[in-house]
Amino acid sequence: MTAPQDSHRAEYWKRNLKLVATLLTIWFVVSYLFGIILVTPLNAISLGGYKLGFWFAQQGSMYVFVVLIFVYAAKMNSLDKEFDVHED
Amino acid sequence: MELKTLTFIVVGATFALYIGIAIWSRAKSTGDFYVAGKGIHPVANGMATAADWMSAASFISMAGLIAFLGYGGSVFLMGWTGGYVLLAMLLAPYLRKFGKFTVPEFVGDRYYSQTARIVAVICLIVASVTYVIGQMRGIGVAFSRFMEVDFATGLFTGMGIVFIYAVLGGMKGITYTQIAQYCVLITAYTIPAIFISLNLTGNPIPQLALGSTMGDDTFLLDKLDLIVTDLGFREYSTASNGNMLNMFLYTFSLMIGTAGLPHVIIRFFTVPKVKDARYSAGWALVFIAILYTTAPAVGAMARLNLINTIQTGPVGSPEGNIQISDVPDWMTRWSTTGLLSWEDKNGDGRIQYYDEKGLGDKAAEYGWAGNEMTKVDRDIMVLANPEIANLPNWVIALVAAGGIAAALSTAAGLLLAIASAISHDLLKGVFRPDIDEKTELLASRIAMAFAIGVAAYFGLNPPGFAAQVVALAFGLAASSIFPVLMMGIFDKRANSTGAIAGMLSGLGVTLLYIFWFKGWFFIPGTNMAPNNADNWLLGISPEAFGAIGAMVNFGVAYVVSHATTPPPEHIQHLVEDIRVPRGAGTATDH
Repeated sequence: MTAPQDSHRAEYWKRNLKLVATLLTIWFVVSYLFGIILVTPLNAISLGGYKLGFWFAQQGSMYVFVVLIFVYAAKMNSLDKEFDVHED
Repeated sequence: MELKTLTFIVVGATFALYIGIAIWSRAKSTGDFYVAGKGIHPVANGMATAADWMSAASFISMAGLIAFLGYGGSVFLMGWTGGYVLLAMLLAPYLRKFGKFTVPEFVGDRYYSQTARIVAVICLIVASVTYVIGQMRGIGVAFSRFMEVDFATGLFTGMGIVFIYAVLGGMKGITYTQIAQYCVLITAYTIPAIFISLNLTGNPIPQLALGSTMGDDTFLLDKLDLIVTDLGFREYSTASNGNMLNMFLYTFSLMIGTAGLPHVIIRFFTVPKVKDARYSAGWALVFIAILYTTAPAVGAMARLNLINTIQTGPVGSPEGNIQISDVPDWMTRWSTTGLLSWEDKNGDGRIQYYDEKGLGDKAAEYGWAGNEMTKVDRDIMVLANPEIANLPNWVIALVAAGGIAAALSTAAGLLLAIASAISHDLLKGVFRPDIDEKTELLASRIAMAFAIGVAAYFGLNPPGFAAQVVALAFGLAASSIFPVLMMGIFDKRANSTGAIAGMLSGLGVTLLYIFWFKGWFFIPGTNMAPNNADNWLLGISPEAFGAIGAMVNFGVAYVVSHATTPPPEHIQHLVEDIRVPRGAGTATDH
């Protein structure tokens, strides 16, 4: 196993941060933006018996959170391989 | 069979199961005691993390708070799940790569300072003890109900059991028992929810039933909004928890607190690989979300059923309320715990339950002389829910067992985090590096006993409902631990002086704010200002203030780090190194 070059590692770290930034933007939008800040206007729309803002706050945001973590894990694991920094 | 007997049997059987597993896998060496030999599959680890995580606050308290807060209760739902996203992306993989036993160990090594390590231990103990106080409240509620005794007796019984339980097994025992506990608690939570959803809407899936119509084609939530506003309460689906800023910070505080809580972080040291640490957080959240997406349905339906029990006919009509002689058995049973009480203020032999402020003059027109449900403790709602809905006795017994499982598993996990902080980080790591494993184990058990005693004292005089006390613990973790962990990974320039200043200032301002409104060391009557929104800074409640504390921590740590000398070369290399997965020690190394 040879130590990866500094620039190689820097590039890996940059890609990691970019992925995390994208996913955390979604995280922010579904919870803080839809569930809290925009809850009143969104409540004008209904989703079955739910007001949409209320639904994001008490249901939707949690479903999205679960998906975000699995997307992150899958993407990072393939990024590790691409940059040859994965374990064994 | 009589309910009490049945409850004893079900609770006893689940107990025998946990203790059996704990004895079967009794910890042998200290390594096992702390992190279960670091070789647990991500799905199993996720399930154990979920049990560890979902405490009395999630199981017993949260849906009850949501029932009375309505939309405002969303802060708990989003806050306690969203933190896993942060944990998975910002901390778990790196801490696993770093490969140490405890959080203070990471802080001590990354910030090359024993002082930093000691400060981290203090932060950890403050947050964990506050958390255990919240658990004790839940344990007291659950035990007092199922033994049909008053709250204090229930609390002391529960306390003794928690202690025996935590001392018996280390983490290894705990990991396997926690998988069993997860299964018990999730079954206990979802079965009554399914029954009640079917009863009310005909749809068995609680997550869908909450958005469904009831028998008469009106949506459940619309109906609930209507009946609560008729009684002067705030509209369920829009009632906010303080102002928007408070909702925002409350949620944020719970999220970063989740990512900073030592007993959750320690779980990610137990998976074999960095790759597994990432998935493990995802699995934990899957198992948590099953309960958390059910909770809003439980809350809304409990509120609906509670009001329908008391308000049996049209609001304001003389025969519209339940007669005291006809109150259902569950009300009588809960009144023995002292957590539910009523009083016939207008002497009409019936009970009126309404919001005095919200209903205003109308109450007098109806001939009502004040709200007669003098005490409806929020923490009883989940346990009482199946009784309110007239579900079979075995379901009620199962819920009691689930509540106890939830409280036990988390209390044990926390006690372990406290014990390892004191014996491993302070005693062995700093003051007496030469002690043998046996002494270390003994010290950790003495620490546990002490922590339980403190928690029980405050459990009797709790600074809030279980979930609120737990929220304070999260605020403390958020303001002290999360920022230095994150900066330790993401900012190479962060140094020991900055970290220490950051932790102390973050924890300091948060504690000050909490004590200001809740009383010094939570002692009732010693608060400096009444604990209400008029006195709070910008309407920020003490439970939400951890977010501000965290920002102070980040700010101070950043400024101080950049104004003082950079960390030594080898620390910068260490940070470089934890950022890539390759070379992570194997799970059995320690």
